[in-house]
Amino acid sequence: MPDETLFAQVLDPRNRANPYPLYARLRATPVSRQADGSYVVSTHAALRSLIFDPRLSSEDLPPSRRPRTGNPLKDWILNPIRNRVVNAHRPLIFRDPPDHDTLRGFVMKEFTIARVRDSHAKVAALVDALIDKCRGRDTVCLVDDLSYPLPVAVICELLGVPEADEAQFHAWAIRLATALEPDARHDEAGRREITATFDAISGYMRRLIRAKRRHPADDMLSGLAARGDRKNPAMGDIDLISTAILLLVAGHETTVNLITNGMLTLLRHPEELEKLKADPERAPRVIEETLRYEPPVHFRTRKALGAIEIAGTTIPAGSTVVLLFAAGNRDPARFAHPDRFDPDRPDNQHFGFGGGLHYCVGAPLARIEAEIALVALCRRLVAPRLLDDPPPYRPGASLRGPENLAIAIAGIA
Amino acid sequence: MDGQRPGIVVVGASLAGLRGAEALRDGGYDGPLTLVGDEPHQPYDRPPLSKHVLAGELPPEATALPRLTRLRAQWRLGQPAIALDRERRVLRLADGAAQPYEKLLIATGARARPWPGAGAGLAGIFTIRTLEDARALRSALASRPSRVLIVGAGLIGCEAASCCRDLGLAVTLVDPNPTPLARLLGTVIGATLAERMRASGVDLRPNTKVEALSGEAGQVRHAHLPGGAVIAADLVIVALGATRDTGWLAAAGLVADAGGLTCDAACRAMATAGAPDPDIYAAGDVARWPNPLTGGRPGSIEHWGNAVDQARHAAANMCAPAGAQVPYAHLPSFWSSQFGLNIKLAGLTAEADALAVVQGSRASGRFLAVYGRAGRTVAALSFDQARWLPAYADAVAAGAAFPPILGATDQPQIEAREPGFAGPRRSADRAAATPETAHA
Repeated sequence: MPDETLFAQVLDPRNRANPYPLYARLRATPVSRQADGSYVVSTHAALRSLIFDPRLSSEDLPPSRRPRTGNPLKDWILNPIRNRVVNAHRPLIFRDPPDHDTLRGFVMKEFTIARVRDSHAKVAALVDALIDKCRGRDTVCLVDDLSYPLPVAVICELLGVPEADEAQFHAWAIRLATALEPDARHDEAGRREITATFDAISGYMRRLIRAKRRHPADDMLSGLAARGDRKNPAMGDIDLISTAILLLVAGHETTVNLITNGMLTLLRHPEELEKLKADPERAPRVIEETLRYEPPVHFRTRKALGAIEIAGTTIPAGSTVVLLFAAGNRDPARFAHPDRFDPDRPDNQHFGFGGGLHYCVGAPLARIEAEIALVALCRRLVAPRLLDDPPPYRPGASLRGPENLAIAIAGIA
Repeated sequence: MDGQRPGIVVVGASLAGLRGAEALRDGGYDGPLTLVGDEPHQPYDRPPLSKHVLAGELPPEATALPRLTRLRAQWRLGQPAIALDRERRVLRLADGAAQPYEKLLIATGARARPWPGAGAGLAGIFTIRTLEDARALRSALASRPSRVLIVGAGLIGCEAASCCRDLGLAVTLVDPNPTPLARLLGTVIGATLAERMRASGVDLRPNTKVEALSGEAGQVRHAHLPGGAVIAADLVIVALGATRDTGWLAAAGLVADAGGLTCDAACRAMATAGAPDPDIYAAGDVARWPNPLTGGRPGSIEHWGNAVDQARHAAANMCAPAGAQVPYAHLPSFWSSQFGLNIKLAGLTAEADALAVVQGSRASGRFLAVYGRAGRTVAALSFDQARWLPAYADAVAAGAAFPPILGATDQPQIEAREPGFAGPRRSADRAAATPETAHA
């Protein structure tokens, strides 16, 4: 009888530092039913097949609910309308076709290769400036010193969000990111908090979009906010707000983990750190292997719209399905010596950016940021050494990464 | 033979020939390897010829196929094989040279069917199959003809029409069927494409045919339709499908005609005596083989993916002992880009009796449709919706009940209808052997 509590153990913060043995046990049953009725998918083959299965819906976020206020106008009229509007205009990671495709199309039109390429020099300069700031210290706190400020600055610049407002949206972003975590989204208080945060950040975005329309600049938000016409329809205002929020939050919450996990892994494999230092051309391979070995996002959930037969299991219609990408990344049936960090592996079809319809829109940008950051860290931190291993982790099991990463250094080169 | 064994000879140096040769090396074949090709070029990719190359987005020479393995091969390019002597195991090439072989892989492909009617000698008539075709047509289009007439609304004709409209040229497309791609996708889907074409400014003339072409001073000027209608056009693209030059094989006692070379399930060429030749294999457009998907009826698949898969399969069998020949199974698929649409099909629509849109809608232009035959799903088609196609392709390969995959996102009320294929359809091999429905 397979263990129906394995996924609950994955969610348990005590297992955050090393969930991989649990993943290995889950893979013994490629699609395994859990005690709460959800189905966890953990093998590479089953994941590959399900990311292309049209019966899996991303519209699985529980409906938003605003708490009772005692004001009948609010409780019976305004808030129900607001709930409904927010539910109908979720960010596109929580939407299905055809709406998803339309929204993604708008984003892709703005998230151009040219824009991403242009950010290259800016990223390099930022990385150098952030590392320069650590001069004279004997410890680097990687998340605070670089992994967090870098992607925030980059996404702010790309979107056209004033970086000075970071203090305002930092807390919002962290709270919204919990929408990916099963614990937070299924708990009444957690849902209320997500809703309240969404309201707050929506107000901020609404004002920003209004400003962009008055004074358009060469940034993504101005492009997305441009008024449409019959030939070139534009995004509706509410979708625009939820999309902008998504890009802002997803644009940095995930990249923080990628950079930190990458550096953590290199510090645990000093020979790889030396190789990268000697040969920066290895960076793409190091990043791809980090995406497989310690991905920033471990799983995403879906809902089965119809019954799905897969790997000897029938997932009944209506079930929650957990796509445990990080487990597929360590599947020995797909990868030779999967638990070894090996940037030279020849065939690295990982799920580090998810897959299928919802494949990460920001993948090219994340790759650039992580490559530049890791190469600079390897070259400039003198004699780096991990102080806490394992480091303390952020609470999320899906968006999994260190809270901070203390690195002892002998100087800055 | 100068003491050296002749080794394996691959006849045909295009996609199937190249991938087959690579697979021989990858499979451990270490002996002499010779590639014979009738075109003077190194292997190149044909799909872009009717798309990016015509549109001027890609120079013709940029279509060279990537090499996936070091071949260590002798190349005999620009030398079509003209005769085969199976008894003496020798090929005769056009320059008179004798090319001995131990084993042969025939991947000679197909060629464009030329304009069969009156006016065939006029200048300004083009086909699209080779690099030279594309180069010549590209430069003719660059001189801005006042109207382009395309004869045949199959895949190549439709793609050419799309490119010409993108170039801002006036286009008339003539086809004897009620809609474009009617024989491939049926008239229901064809009507959706027709709408899109007309909205793009194509002068679409279905249900009629070009009977003759005529010109002035040796240059094509007019096309003549039944009932006396005349279309003025100074450039004509003939897109009437493909034919195979297999006369040299029939003379060698193999079962071959304009529809291809017949093979057994293991891709070995069938001799007229009734048994496969154990040392001659075929792959790609030229091979007509018993496809399990059509109940083992022999047919050829003229798509890119089959050329690759079948060549690799034949190569694997060539490396295996006679007792370990593996039958070839393949889910046919193709893609096309035209009129801003990405069209993909997996499976075979032949003799489909039902069609249902299962995701999206025809009205929106983005949809997924499935074809059924006798209650089974036989093909899946995507219009700008290709990401879901693999799931449906799996259902087709598994012979799932029609319609498959219930409870999908963006799923409308599923209604099955007739796909709109004219009468009992000819099997793929016969269809390929005869001109595209009664043109001229």
